[in-house]
Amino acid sequence: MQWETVIGLEIHAQLATKSKIFSGASTAYGAEPNTQACAVDLALPGTLPVLNEQAVRFAVKFGLAIGAHIAPYSVFARKNYFYPDLPKGYQTSQFDKPIVGLGEIDIEVAGEVKTIGITRAHLEEDAGKSLHEDYQGMTGVDLNRAGTPLLEIVSEPDMRSSAEAVAYVKKIHTLVQYLGICDGSMQEGSFRCDVNVSVRPMGQEEFGTRAEIKNLNSFRFIEKGIAHEVERQIDVIESGGKVAQETRLYDSNKDETRSMRSKEEANDYRYFPCPDLLPVEITAELLDEMRADLPELPEVKKQRFLEQYKLSEYDADVLTTQRAIADYYEDAVSFSDGETKLVANWVMGELSANLNQYSLDVAASPLGAERLGGLVKRIADQTISGKIAKQVFEFLWNSEVTADEVIEREGLKQMSDSGELGKIIDQLMADNPTQVEQFRGGKTKVLGFFVGSIMKKTQGKANPQEVNKLLQEKLKE
Amino acid sequence: MSIQSEDVLKIAHLARLGIQQEQVEAYTSDLSNIMKLVEQMNQVDTAGIEPMAHPLDQSQRLRSDVVTEVNQREALQQNASDTEDGLFLVPRVID
Amino acid sequence: MYNKSLKELSNSLQNKDISSVELSQYFLNRIKHFDGELNSVITSNEEAALVAAAEADKCIQSGNAGLLTGIPLLHKDIFCTQGLRTSCGSKMLDNFIAPYTATAVGKLEQAGAVMLGKTNMDEFAMGSSNETSFYGGVKNPWDLNTVPGGSSGGSAAAVAARLVPIASGTDTGGSIRQPAAFCGITGIKPTYGRVSRYGMIAFASSLDQAGTFAKSAEDAAIMLQAMSGFDEKDSTSVDKPVDDLLAHLGDSIKGLTVGLPKEFFTDDLDDSIRETIETAIDAIQSAGANIKEISLPNINLSVPAYYVVAPAECSANLSRFDGVRYGYRCDSPKDLEDLYKRSRGEGFGDEVKRRIMMGAYVLSAGYYDAYYKKAQQVRRLIKNDFVEAFKGVDIIASPTAPSVAFSAGEKKDDPVSMYLSDIFTIGVNLAGLPGMSVPCGFIDKKPVGLQLIGNYFEEAKLLNVAHQYQQLTDWHLAVPAGFEQEA
Repeated sequence: MQWETVIGLEIHAQLATKSKIFSGASTAYGAEPNTQACAVDLALPGTLPVLNEQAVRFAVKFGLAIGAHIAPYSVFARKNYFYPDLPKGYQTSQFDKPIVGLGEIDIEVAGEVKTIGITRAHLEEDAGKSLHEDYQGMTGVDLNRAGTPLLEIVSEPDMRSSAEAVAYVKKIHTLVQYLGICDGSMQEGSFRCDVNVSVRPMGQEEFGTRAEIKNLNSFRFIEKGIAHEVERQIDVIESGGKVAQETRLYDSNKDETRSMRSKEEANDYRYFPCPDLLPVEITAELLDEMRADLPELPEVKKQRFLEQYKLSEYDADVLTTQRAIADYYEDAVSFSDGETKLVANWVMGELSANLNQYSLDVAASPLGAERLGGLVKRIADQTISGKIAKQVFEFLWNSEVTADEVIEREGLKQMSDSGELGKIIDQLMADNPTQVEQFRGGKTKVLGFFVGSIMKKTQGKANPQEVNKLLQEKLKE
Repeated sequence: MSIQSEDVLKIAHLARLGIQQEQVEAYTSDLSNIMKLVEQMNQVDTAGIEPMAHPLDQSQRLRSDVVTEVNQREALQQNASDTEDGLFLVPRVID
Repeated sequence: MYNKSLKELSNSLQNKDISSVELSQYFLNRIKHFDGELNSVITSNEEAALVAAAEADKCIQSGNAGLLTGIPLLHKDIFCTQGLRTSCGSKMLDNFIAPYTATAVGKLEQAGAVMLGKTNMDEFAMGSSNETSFYGGVKNPWDLNTVPGGSSGGSAAAVAARLVPIASGTDTGGSIRQPAAFCGITGIKPTYGRVSRYGMIAFASSLDQAGTFAKSAEDAAIMLQAMSGFDEKDSTSVDKPVDDLLAHLGDSIKGLTVGLPKEFFTDDLDDSIRETIETAIDAIQSAGANIKEISLPNINLSVPAYYVVAPAECSANLSRFDGVRYGYRCDSPKDLEDLYKRSRGEGFGDEVKRRIMMGAYVLSAGYYDAYYKKAQQVRRLIKNDFVEAFKGVDIIASPTAPSVAFSAGEKKDDPVSMYLSDIFTIGVNLAGLPGMSVPCGFIDKKPVGLQLIGNYFEEAKLLNVAHQYQQLTDWHLAVPAGFEQEA
């Protein structure tokens, strides 16, 4: 039998606010346990929530970016269940009136564009963390994360392969970072995915029973987790069994999913509107303001890069995946006097390699776009060769100097003067008559010997094109 | 709608309330009586009436995104029965 | 001394006839002397109170005193008070010391009032007789065999017995007005959102509202003025200036229209209550007000709707009491579920458990529309009835309760009959309107309360009608037998 996979995703993006969604406690990552959990976050009696404006603005921004309907009034509801990381005994979330309604986003897999529906996106608070290391046989509860704003982005079950699912997740991941509403860190848990997977016989309209897979905290795990789950479900059905509707946890060490028994109990969340919070009104003014504030989105930026900078499809793609990289690139281009292709090479090559090596974001790069642009400019106008440029790059990376200062100070300026180079070549030919004969006898390979010797003699500063040209002339004389 | 003892057990579990077996009957009858009172609501037709969650027709006020709280862990944990290394302790949770 | 008005007490303080320390000591002595029997105060703040009183005296010396500077008061034990236990009448919070102070309490502190202690109450404010308190019932000073009403029974009994000039309370379905009526004092619950709920332990968030108990409308106004106002920590607090409540206390009520809802004056109404209320309304009419019959067609559904909305909200509000971060925790829980179930099962009393279960039930899968949504729709109809009525009247008047104070134990085991004792007050909470109760006579030596309901944010007008009535009558000055003597 031919099986079709059906996938829908729930993405939880932590919103990059300074304070929590309902309290003035900090959301900074990595603090000592419970030092960022205030009375409201701990649900002390009598405490009350007040909604963070920035969280609302971020949600609206996201909604506008996916062309969704923004609800003029949205409502917070209480989702009731007991768990140690949930201090109030309910999660304040949105239920039947989410802030962001139906929207969509395009993904591209193997050259094919497909539109994925986004059912809704709603605001809610994150839970704390249970630490299962042994505290006298007990579990420790850290509520620092409790109350961190989340945007839960729910897709339609529109994806038909793990590749599509990954493309979708990457697309949303890029988008939220572009919008500046989420730092996108999957490692720190600020961008998390739950995947709903089911299979059905090809051609069948009705959906199969789905399983929800949790703990897919990298693109690779999403791909593997889905692939594994699809296989498991097909096995179950083909061996005469039935897929159970359940939550499964992906174990990356064993590369398998397993049932979460603790979540098996049928949930009855008893949602109802939170009486401590009033309906959230999105005014036309706020919408206009957010619309004006919307950055150029990845798709549009890529198209513009293709046209404006005449980049290859691949380069435009890479350079627009992160907004900060794209901005850096454009800045560098402007300081390079428009060397679009060369700047692209340097950003994607040397700069990226260094950033990776030191695990830095482009925003934290010690080498700014202006100085990199200045370096590229000197390559382009042949002041230095590409090879020397790498040396200059090292200076720029490690100190505050400009390319021009390094070139000047270190005397790295390329030798292009044909008179000067000619003299060196003449001398070299005089010293190596055998090689000259060989060349003239047709062994053109010895040209390399001459170029190498000249470079050595000039400490790499000789303009290679000029050297080549002169050598050809002189050797053929 | 009369409430049965199974309903009482189910909702007591949902609300994580330990109740004594011998009290189930009393809760069942009390809750059934209250439900009878509640069902007087059915006397009125409410079709098309917008449900009212708040007494005043206002919308949510928004707080600017500023960190106003400082670490007060010690003071805030004073009422906790069991803590260690700044963590609240609960019986082992198995995921 | 004990029957003096706030203005008189304030004058004595500012004239240095008495110091705040002396005044506080005087009322602390009354509490010690009389409260052994009443059980209205469950936590004393004596030491800190005397320190605060000394501070108040300094403030008076420096000439910066206001009307409440140095005035002793009690707070219902539902308000968090930093450093002083806040139990909410429950075993669950028997050891709870809040690390912060409720906004309403803080405002009174700012105004210079001196907190002598915390008052008894129905557990988590759930009750109409004060009998659900973990700390035992409170006796009604007018008849020690009867209840003081609830849930703010301790505050009402304390003010009635003149253990303190004023006290705070909260009102979710009548918890200020009904005990004020039963105890023969004046109590007001302002418009929902007028007093901050921050630091006030929630029962039903969309209904809870803090207010005041006092001997007179004037005293109630002075205290309410200090408590009211916008609080950025409470999303449901209203950002609207507070009227000067005292400025209007002299206004004539000539030409004002008072509406009498015919649904409250049916044949079911106790005859002696009806007579007492009618006499009171005659007095108001004699001051120049017009009396008019009105209709609140859906008001009879207020108790049913309330017993869906309030339990639903409370079932979630009380989930935080899980034995983890504060509050009662059962001994050696064997697992997480055991921790939750036993801590909550042992920490909460029967009525609280009943209401939590009720709330969980009406919200559970399959019942939401039939009960919760329906109740919210009925709530809107009730509000609309009031809105409609206030187009033609300034004030609505009715009995506060269908009976005078009932005997202790009488309704304890019959929740439904207990619930029906709030039949006249609950609609006001559902609508969010301001309401008050003023003493208007006695039946069998037990006080009767007249309920006055105002339009949204018209506390000033409401208090003035009560004040004008109290200019014509002296029911509010009556002191229960046995409590007239000095301690």
